[in-house]
Amino acid sequence: MSDTVLDVKGLSVTFELHDREVRAVTDMNFSLKAGETLAVVGESGSGKSQAFLSIMGLLARNGRATGSAKLAGTELVGMNPRDLDEIRGRDIAMIFQDPMTSLNPYMRISEQMVEVLERHKRMKPAEALERARTMLETVRLPDAKRVIRAYPHELSGGQRQRVMIAMALLCEPKVLIADEPTTALDVTVQAQMLKLFEELTDTFDTALVMITHDLGVVAGLADQMMVMYAGRAVEKGNVDELFYSPRHPYTLGLLHSTPRVENKRGRLDPVAGLPPNLTHLPPGCAFNPRCAFKTDQCVKERPALIPRTDGRVTACFHDDAVKEKEKVA
Amino acid sequence: MQQDPGVLLNVENLTKTFEIHAGFMRQPLTLTAVDNVSFTVGRGETLGIVGESGCGKSTLGRCILQLIEPDDGKVVWLGKDLTALSKDEMRRTRQDLQIIFQDPLASLNPRMTVGEIIADPLKTLRPEMKAKQRMARVMEMMEAVGLLPEMINRYPHEFSGGQAQRIGIARALVTEPKLIVCDEPVSALDVSIQAQILNLLADLKEQFGLTLVFISHDLSVVRHVSDRIMVLYLGRIAELATSEELYTDPRHPYTRALLTAVPIADPKLARERTIEGLKGEIPSPINPPSGCYFRTRCPHAQERCAQVTPPLEHIEGGRYVSCIRWQEI
Repeated sequence: MSDTVLDVKGLSVTFELHDREVRAVTDMNFSLKAGETLAVVGESGSGKSQAFLSIMGLLARNGRATGSAKLAGTELVGMNPRDLDEIRGRDIAMIFQDPMTSLNPYMRISEQMVEVLERHKRMKPAEALERARTMLETVRLPDAKRVIRAYPHELSGGQRQRVMIAMALLCEPKVLIADEPTTALDVTVQAQMLKLFEELTDTFDTALVMITHDLGVVAGLADQMMVMYAGRAVEKGNVDELFYSPRHPYTLGLLHSTPRVENKRGRLDPVAGLPPNLTHLPPGCAFNPRCAFKTDQCVKERPALIPRTDGRVTACFHDDAVKEKEKVA
Repeated sequence: MQQDPGVLLNVENLTKTFEIHAGFMRQPLTLTAVDNVSFTVGRGETLGIVGESGCGKSTLGRCILQLIEPDDGKVVWLGKDLTALSKDEMRRTRQDLQIIFQDPLASLNPRMTVGEIIADPLKTLRPEMKAKQRMARVMEMMEAVGLLPEMINRYPHEFSGGQAQRIGIARALVTEPKLIVCDEPVSALDVSIQAQILNLLADLKEQFGLTLVFISHDLSVVRHVSDRIMVLYLGRIAELATSEELYTDPRHPYTRALLTAVPIADPKLARERTIEGLKGEIPSPINPPSGCYFRTRCPHAQERCAQVTPPLEHIEGGRYVSCIRWQEI
């Protein structure tokens, strides 16, 4: 259980635009053990998706990754495409928000699934088909016999998402990256999917990275949580610590912005202002224009991501002040 | 027509069907989007309408405004049946009834400046207004929604989603409406921006004495804003109750399932809770089950649920539920 399967160090992603460079991710660090779930939380443009696309070697052509991302010891950053093809889908897999765009509309589900196993496991077609069918049952797809013969457009959103997950799990990858996998689904279907993710990390000991903006999804599923802002992690630690005692003003702001289903209504206390433009980041801490705790120091220098006593890391000069405010609230 | 003075809007037995062309030489299919729905909206209240995709919530919202013509039933606005009004009369009434859409950028004309967009309803609905007065009114609205006056000559693409939604709100407010239908107004926005817009809507409601019909799939958001809530399933009302009653003591099995499916943004509560997973997905509205539409997924379904369509029963105070077994379960 304690082996690290994914070890990311100093990962940065830049995009070349016609007249300038934009840094989407800066210096990301984390490690993930088998069976563990890491939630990566942030708003649009925070770099949460690009970081993991870069690990999968799926950046747009003008994107470039530097740093290190080791999958069970094997370096993925800078790996040549042919070797990457061997690993992708076998040892590490990724699923996306919209399953329709990730499935081939011209191929039956059976063909798409069998292809994966023939390619990566060198299975014979009959054996591969059997395995595909078992996997569809594993992800609790009722009516797997019909689904396997269907084309993607003949399936509902929930069914497609299950097919995607089944496909991602065919080779029992060490790491599964899920980018907003339940955002497009209805709430009752979302609940089924989240339950499924939980079972899968237990059954296959898969390490799961859950990229999401939904703190509800995080709370029910994740062990670790990383909050990103303007391309950098601003706070990282175990889920309970971050939910019950946030130390970064942005983590606190996200929690206070979230309407609660379990509580009576009251006024929300949102983060003021707008998300930053990555091409024109403010000096010092990127969050300072929206921060209630801002001082001169925050404009002059950027706070480093510093380990705290309870095992978390936080990038803020005023974490004590955040602690005080959190107590009052 | 006599009406309780506290009631602004009275929807009676509203039904809307769509014809679906199934292909060349085939009988068109009928999809019932809204099925015999009745409810009232009181002056100054916020009525939340929740349900999953395909439950008819957006169609219902558009039928209220006569943007879609209902097949059957009445929409009585301050004693006048809107479905019976002439075009000219409807135009005059339209000043009172406005709408805010989900996708803020898509609902703004990209070739018009912010000023033109906000002024547009005045030009159409109050042609007698002088340009100078109109301008003053636009400026006033921009200030009310938190847009800077110097933004008046900019185009929609220069704005982020949250700011674009502010423009949409200003446009809805400019004719001094009494009721605004908000159709998923914050679903496309990031958490921190979503909270800003929810607070803005609450402030504007207070400031202008508005009545809101708030349509959303997000039960946390709906709880946060609504006084009363209507739960829809496949075009029919499952339950109608005050916000407090609905969340603390849901009576319809579908409401219960929805509430247990919502992710809770609290790790300890989320872990303690067992999700009563609903089986399956929403049936196709083209071919709904007989009797109670929910029975195919309902844990309490019996044979008789397939035989009778459950009436919307008045159970106490302002509570209504459409389940023949509500007293037993």
